[in-house]
Amino acid sequence: MTRSMHILCAGSAVAGVLRLTEPLSFWGGIDPATALITLAGHPQQGESVAGKALIVPGLVGSSSSSAVMLELISAGIAPAALLLGARDAILPIGVVVAGQMGLPTLPVLVVADPPWQTGDRISIGLNGQIARI
Amino acid sequence: MKLSVTDRAVLAGETGSTGERMALELVTKAAAMLGADRLIRIHSGHIDGCLFHGNAGVTYCEKLVSGGAQVRVPATTNVGALNLLRPDQCRLSSAARKMAFRLMVAHEKLGCRPSWTCAPYQAGARPEAGQQIAWGESNAVAFANTVLGARTNRYGDFLDIACAISGKAPFYGLHIAENRYARLVLDTSLLPAAVTQDSAFYPVLGSLIGRLAGETVCAVTGLPRDADEDKLKALCAAAASTGAVALVHLVGVTPEAPDLDTALGGNEPEATVTITAEMMADVRRNLSMVSDGPIDCVAVGSPHFSEAECRSVLALAGGRSFAVPFYICMGRHTLKALGADGTDLALVSLGVEIVTDTCVVVTPVLPAKPGVMMTNSAKFAHYAMGNTGHLPVFGTLAECVASAQQGHVRRPGQGDR
Repeated sequence: MTRSMHILCAGSAVAGVLRLTEPLSFWGGIDPATALITLAGHPQQGESVAGKALIVPGLVGSSSSSAVMLELISAGIAPAALLLGARDAILPIGVVVAGQMGLPTLPVLVVADPPWQTGDRISIGLNGQIARI
Repeated sequence: MKLSVTDRAVLAGETGSTGERMALELVTKAAAMLGADRLIRIHSGHIDGCLFHGNAGVTYCEKLVSGGAQVRVPATTNVGALNLLRPDQCRLSSAARKMAFRLMVAHEKLGCRPSWTCAPYQAGARPEAGQQIAWGESNAVAFANTVLGARTNRYGDFLDIACAISGKAPFYGLHIAENRYARLVLDTSLLPAAVTQDSAFYPVLGSLIGRLAGETVCAVTGLPRDADEDKLKALCAAAASTGAVALVHLVGVTPEAPDLDTALGGNEPEATVTITAEMMADVRRNLSMVSDGPIDCVAVGSPHFSEAECRSVLALAGGRSFAVPFYICMGRHTLKALGADGTDLALVSLGVEIVTDTCVVVTPVLPAKPGVMMTNSAKFAHYAMGNTGHLPVFGTLAECVASAQQGHVRRPGQGDR
């Protein structure tokens, strides 16, 4: 199954999926030093986002999440890709800033109702094509 | 994207500094992500990005400085991670302290006015009704839209400073007149006077608005038209902490809402909710994680306390000192005003710990051992547990003062709150 989506930041990746089943603010929800989800009571608490194709269905809001995104990239423990449920600039801005600093970037796409589940492996192409592999 | 000839030249590196190019590139990329087809000029900025989150953010800001960037419009700074007047007040590691300081200095070098306050609108930054601005800090955004009638979205880290440097913002969301109309109506007219005259009415109502409205622009009817700015400040901060609220039409208060029909833009509301005393009581209860017993500290000033609010603490205390630390977060401009007649020293002699430039829920200032924190701020109540580990108890300012004097929760004169 392949899907083509709206691209916020172009890039390619092959990674295992981690699907958040509840909204999460990166600020206050993810430790920028370890990439672990720390928010008490979150269904994915204790999971690492590092290297994952992270599916973020709900937008939650602290705008300081851009800063956490940049710190994760800078520490080399960022997700491999972000699949957002709706158009938003907070997380991709952290990615754009990383690019301006000469740090690696990652694909950020808007995908409504993505079919992939935690444990699936997907590939994301520069053109936004996503396929389960 | 429609861009001016100058903007294209800046982006191409043909004119302007490297820092200017980086900022404009960030603004245009954000505009594309948000679906905006052009940029608009802004009149001011309020920068939330001066709060330290990690070393990479500091490096980025210093890169803007070394790239020759300067803010093009007046820009105030939100809180940093340090009280620069008392750097030892925050228990950060020396490495983190150094980086937090560098980040604050870098913002000054970019030309920001070092206001270090989350209530810039009480520190002289007063955009006019209808003005396009690009502000960060959720309470300041909500206040600017709701009370002053200025037009801003919630701008976050990096984009806030980039907009101030380029003097432009993506034309989307609340910058556009049609997107500002209310779609939901919350009617408070049936609330009993005992609820509306309670001095915690505004922060509690704000929390309820955030829960009911989320991102939806709503109009609130039935409110008195003469609420002072400190009350409106508490309402806006509370609404913006429980929901992604950036604009509430307080009918009769908000410049765009002289009446309900205008607030709705002549449209029918999608829903009307009648606020009940039970709903208010329920939200108020939820602001506390413990209801009584001993407290370890009191923290007020989210948003930063005004001069009048600080003076109220002194008046309510009646000369009786505090048994537990009583933190008041405020801007330097307020401290200076209090100093004119020695009110700052009078507060300190009661046991008040004055916190300027920063805020006790974003940097470690409260007692290291998590305990119980009492507050009259719905925003502090919302963030205390997650950010500090302290369990919140919510009360009026009078209750906070009485409780700090006793060292345990006191609610004197329940009828006169």
